[in-house]
Amino acid sequence: MKRRTVLAGLGSIAAAGVARPASAATVVGVTATEIKIGHTIPYSGNASSYSVGGKSHTAFFKRVNDMGGVGGRKINFISLDDAYNPAKTVEQIRRLVEQDQVALVFNPLGTPTNSAIHKYINQKKVPHLFVATSADKWGDYKNFPWTIGYAPSYRTEAQIYGKYIKAQRPNAKATLIYQNDDFGKDYLHGLQDVYGKDFDKVFVKVVTYESSDATVDSQVVSMKDSGADVMVTACIPKFTAQIIRKSFDIGWKPLHVMSNVSSSIASTITPAGPEKAEGIVTSNFLKDATDPEWKTAPDMIEWRAFMAKYIPDGDTTDGNYVYAYGVASLMLQVLKQCGTDFSRENIMKQASNIKPVSLPLLLPGMQAATTPTDFRPLKQLQLQRWKTNTWERFGAIIGA
Amino acid sequence: MPNIPPQFGIFLFIVAAAVLPLVFASGYQTFQLTMVVIYALSVLGKNLVTGFGGQVSLGQGAFYAVGAYTAAVLMDQWDVPYWATLPIAAITSGLVGLMLGLPALRLGGLYLALVTFALAISVPQLLKYKAFEGWTGGVQGIVVSKPDAPFNLPISSDSWIYLFSLAVGVVFFLAITNLVNSRIGRALKAIRDQPLAAEAMGVELARYKTLTFGVGAMVTGIGGALSAIAVGFVSPDSFTIALSLTLFVGMVVGGASSISGAIYGALFIQFIPNIAEEISKAIPGVVYGVILIAVMFFAPGGLAGVIANQLRRLRAARVVGTGRAPS
Repeated sequence: MKRRTVLAGLGSIAAAGVARPASAATVVGVTATEIKIGHTIPYSGNASSYSVGGKSHTAFFKRVNDMGGVGGRKINFISLDDAYNPAKTVEQIRRLVEQDQVALVFNPLGTPTNSAIHKYINQKKVPHLFVATSADKWGDYKNFPWTIGYAPSYRTEAQIYGKYIKAQRPNAKATLIYQNDDFGKDYLHGLQDVYGKDFDKVFVKVVTYESSDATVDSQVVSMKDSGADVMVTACIPKFTAQIIRKSFDIGWKPLHVMSNVSSSIASTITPAGPEKAEGIVTSNFLKDATDPEWKTAPDMIEWRAFMAKYIPDGDTTDGNYVYAYGVASLMLQVLKQCGTDFSRENIMKQASNIKPVSLPLLLPGMQAATTPTDFRPLKQLQLQRWKTNTWERFGAIIGA
Repeated sequence: MPNIPPQFGIFLFIVAAAVLPLVFASGYQTFQLTMVVIYALSVLGKNLVTGFGGQVSLGQGAFYAVGAYTAAVLMDQWDVPYWATLPIAAITSGLVGLMLGLPALRLGGLYLALVTFALAISVPQLLKYKAFEGWTGGVQGIVVSKPDAPFNLPISSDSWIYLFSLAVGVVFFLAITNLVNSRIGRALKAIRDQPLAAEAMGVELARYKTLTFGVGAMVTGIGGALSAIAVGFVSPDSFTIALSLTLFVGMVVGGASSISGAIYGALFIQFIPNIAEEISKAIPGVVYGVILIAVMFFAPGGLAGVIANQLRRLRAARVVGTGRAPS
């Protein structure tokens, strides 16, 4: 008796364990009236300042629904908290995929968090669209055909700087300082892409630092002693500010090109001293909501109306809102392209066949585009230079 | 009705914990339960150090990280089978615990809490350190493949990892139960409550204190190793100070000097954040805090105490109902 119950139990375990047969077109998370989209972002914990992205997306899709939805369907946007903890991201993404059964995962935030789910989500063949991280690895369409990036990667950015330096200073003696991690190394690789064999000749001094270091003053001195007249810095704001101050104080004035990670006025320029930052070159792809030049731009007006109606308490000077609005617009574009076929295969096909399209709040001329062998939607940037009290954009939109 | 020995209840609980999820839980839920087992083990290690040993450690997450990275590096670099990483992870995290046990001898109370807190803060940075990068993968972390069920068992990888973790968990829960009920356990409690008297009775303070740190770190480290296997990914961001604080919360909520408390604490730290998030996306931290305060208010000694009281009452009621004299 007992034994039979155990056997029966094992039988049902076996039945539960057998995988369901997969059909050619997998339509999951889509009904006649609804499309389910999943998302993770830190609503709690140290990185919770990013949570405005989730707030913005939720409001954005609410507006889409208010205006009739897409493909005859309303969007059910499920945004979950992962506290920027990769283990929690795995749990939440599994919930979205296995329990909520979303059609796709959109714009989850963070490099370690997305790394944790990268393999799983590709095994499950769930579209993993427009991740909110600029690492270079999200464009790997061969090994991860279900994952697609969004913003210009650090490597793309570095390639653009490389080309600029090459054009401006053909006989440059250059130096590079980078943070010794994924982020920093992407810049090293981008510059190597441009200079190829000549890299070691042009870059007479390459130094690194750890994000846990106290200062980089000694590195700045050694870079000056190398006699370089161009300096590239791939650093986070704290260290960029130190470099700006130190090189000014020791009277070294190279052409300084810096990662746009540090382009924040509040966290880099002000601590360093705006007068010491004169002439620094960096890049951007988004419109700055505080820039008076965009006051009358139609997309800016549309966005301000959106903010006023849907997120009235949102801080419109927070660049994360600007970023979120652009990437959500691209998501909407893909859903529109899907027509009425919302199978995961078609969603991925449409996401990897985006004809060049302008997105709101991106700089004029900036376009998003993908092909089946190009999983990096944004590949362009515009250079900008620090002049007295503001960033001045110059030159054309540059692609890598 | 014959008198049921308490061991039988535990046995039933283990069988139910093993079988029910296989039948009723989805892959995602099974994963959540695996995390409960992992947290329970990790909190148990902490209970041993703080609850039974009376040494306030805020750095238990560091041992969890050491265990997780040991397992991940072994699987990634040397293709060690996942089950074989556990004893090695136990040794490395245990050794780190013993080393930390040494300052624990000189520092007491709040000072020890600070030292261990510092350790927890430095762990993510140490994991990124250049010299270890070849092994640890730096900030990128390490992706490890999830093991499939062996012997062609007709269960999913998730279910297998759950059963595997549960088996490891059961072994350590029983072992630690025996430990705290033994002479060593009594010595620990004596040190915690009356160190002077304990020493006068011939208890070697130094030996027991370092020992608890070592064993506690080892148990937590095994939890960490299992987490690397279950999650399939480790990175410095997985082991921030928040993890140490989470384990601390688990210990206090469950009941610091209770074996079963580790399980209640694990359930709390696994599921309450999800519930808090359901209640409010805008302020999940505040909701979590309110729930935490409420629990501490209604169960000041931890959930274990409250639940044990309820069980005792139930038993007493049944004894009265059947008209038997309490034994």
